[in-house]
Amino acid sequence: MIDIRNVGRSYGAFRALDDVSLSIKEGEFFSLLGPSGCGKTTLLRMIGGLDTPTSGSIFLDGQSMDGIPANRRPTNMVFQSYAIFPHLNVEQNVAYGLKRLRLGAEEEKRRVEEALSMVSLSGLGRRGANELSGGQRQRVALARALVMRPKVLLLDEPLSALDKKLREQMQVELRRLQQAVGITFVLVTHDQYEALAMSDRIAVMFGGGIAQVAAPKEIYQRPVNRQVADFLGGMNFVKAEVVDETGVSIVVDTEGFGRVTTERPQGLVRKGLHATVGIRPERLRVLWDGATAQHEVAGTVIERHYFGEITHLVVDVPGMEKPLSVTETNDFGADDLPIGATIRLAYDPDALVAMAD
Amino acid sequence: MKRMPGRWLPAYAALYIAFLYLPVLFLPIFSINTAPTPQFPLSGYTLRWYEELPRNAALIDAARNSLLVGVAAALLSTLLGICAARAITRYRFPGRRPINGLIMAPLVLPEIILAVSLLLVLLRLGLDLSLFTIVLGHVLICLPYSMSVLTSGFEGFDRSLEEASADLGETAFGTFRRVTLPMVTPAIISSLLVCFTISLDDFIIAFFLGGTQATLPIYIWGQLRFAAKLPGVLALGTLLLVGSFLLLTLAEMIRRRAEQRVQSAGVTLA
Repeated sequence: MIDIRNVGRSYGAFRALDDVSLSIKEGEFFSLLGPSGCGKTTLLRMIGGLDTPTSGSIFLDGQSMDGIPANRRPTNMVFQSYAIFPHLNVEQNVAYGLKRLRLGAEEEKRRVEEALSMVSLSGLGRRGANELSGGQRQRVALARALVMRPKVLLLDEPLSALDKKLREQMQVELRRLQQAVGITFVLVTHDQYEALAMSDRIAVMFGGGIAQVAAPKEIYQRPVNRQVADFLGGMNFVKAEVVDETGVSIVVDTEGFGRVTTERPQGLVRKGLHATVGIRPERLRVLWDGATAQHEVAGTVIERHYFGEITHLVVDVPGMEKPLSVTETNDFGADDLPIGATIRLAYDPDALVAMAD
Repeated sequence: MKRMPGRWLPAYAALYIAFLYLPVLFLPIFSINTAPTPQFPLSGYTLRWYEELPRNAALIDAARNSLLVGVAAALLSTLLGICAARAITRYRFPGRRPINGLIMAPLVLPEIILAVSLLLVLLRLGLDLSLFTIVLGHVLICLPYSMSVLTSGFEGFDRSLEEASADLGETAFGTFRRVTLPMVTPAIISSLLVCFTISLDDFIIAFFLGGTQATLPIYIWGQLRFAAKLPGVLALGTLLLVGSFLLLTLAEMIRRRAEQRVQSAGVTLA
């Protein structure tokens, strides 16, 4: 559907994008995730024709988009600022792009109505652009783009200006909307939870390049390197040494977790080299009373942070250079664990992921 | 804690304001005096001088000339101003700053130098002095004002509005017509009014480049030689003063209202 081939973008000496290749499938909800300045917005704007690659090409449905300006591409964009035309009302905003198609008053009105009802704004057509709340403005921007029936809808941080509650509500709605219309959505975001919650696949970007492209679960559970792991949320990193290797798996000797077999990570891994092994805080489970597990480590609670539904524990484990972060639900009294208590933590060796150093 | 201004500051400010505006105030006062000489006490009140104005053929001619020149200069400099302001605010090109500086330069050049050099060039080009040559001169001195009004108009709105228009399928020209123009219309009206006022009030350019056709300021200057004509000049001056004041106030009001509209549209109301 969208083929990005060796695309680069320089601003003078600064490389905003460096030889990026990526394929986005038809009907997919695809997210470009990364910190600010990683090139994700530049890439999105290039798909829409609002920015031009200095090298490489972008193909839509097999057609090269080289030299084709934004107004002749089958893409539409929801801007970060929403870019609602302030001199037009809601209806006129939504009908803006339709005017050029000369559909006739009847058909145009029908499509505007349809788009407004799609984003639950029916009846607000006569509202002025200045009389809308942030959430409503976002919906108008969505309707204005969707009414054009684009092949690809581009969304540039569409939820970043909304408060937390509205943002979470819109995440669900956007996902539902995408499934209803079946259009390919490409979303740019710096919020990992947003990307994880909405996407079919995510590309994690750093410094003008793509670090990993995969489904949310894969990205979260099997990050290819420490940078990706770190960006997607908390992760305990433990030093390890590679002691054996086969084609698809490696055996590492780790601090604290002993000898484990893991999937072979990307990058340079060879017998005798150092590597890093990571485990997410919620994959470590406190063993209460006499409970035992096949795999466990023991340590001392040195910090405790209460977050309502969960408690965040910092546990010092003998033999480990850095203490482990553990998130535990409060059903069994993790919020009452005294500092200095000795606890045992259960883990599943499958939750350990090796990364090349 | 609020600091009180010094004791002399209010007095200074009052004197300053008086010096600026008191002489201007004499204009309307003496224009309704029955005696033709401007002196106190006033001998009586009359609107005779105003009534006589429309009966003066030379004056009507000058007024018509001023109107023509003013409208032409306002239209031309605003048109050029739109092009220049758009280029300066929307594109990054080599020489952008120097060009902007050169357009704004007539603001600080002595007008008489401008007028003399324009006269030399125009005569060299073989152009006859006429209302048209005045218009050319006025465009030159109006453009900086037009530019500054329009530049703030173009800068005042979110660039992504134009991008959104292109993204929705509109051509560059269509975008300009359907988004940019409506957004800067208040600035354009404001620029037209300011330029018209400047042209209407200008003496030096019109004096040098005018040939035989007089504009209002030239006519007034000519009348000052005859003491008997003074009350008529005062009446005319009063009308010009009020007219200019109204036009500039209107221009400023339009500009502010537009600024408010564009700004409140940019704010996200959560």
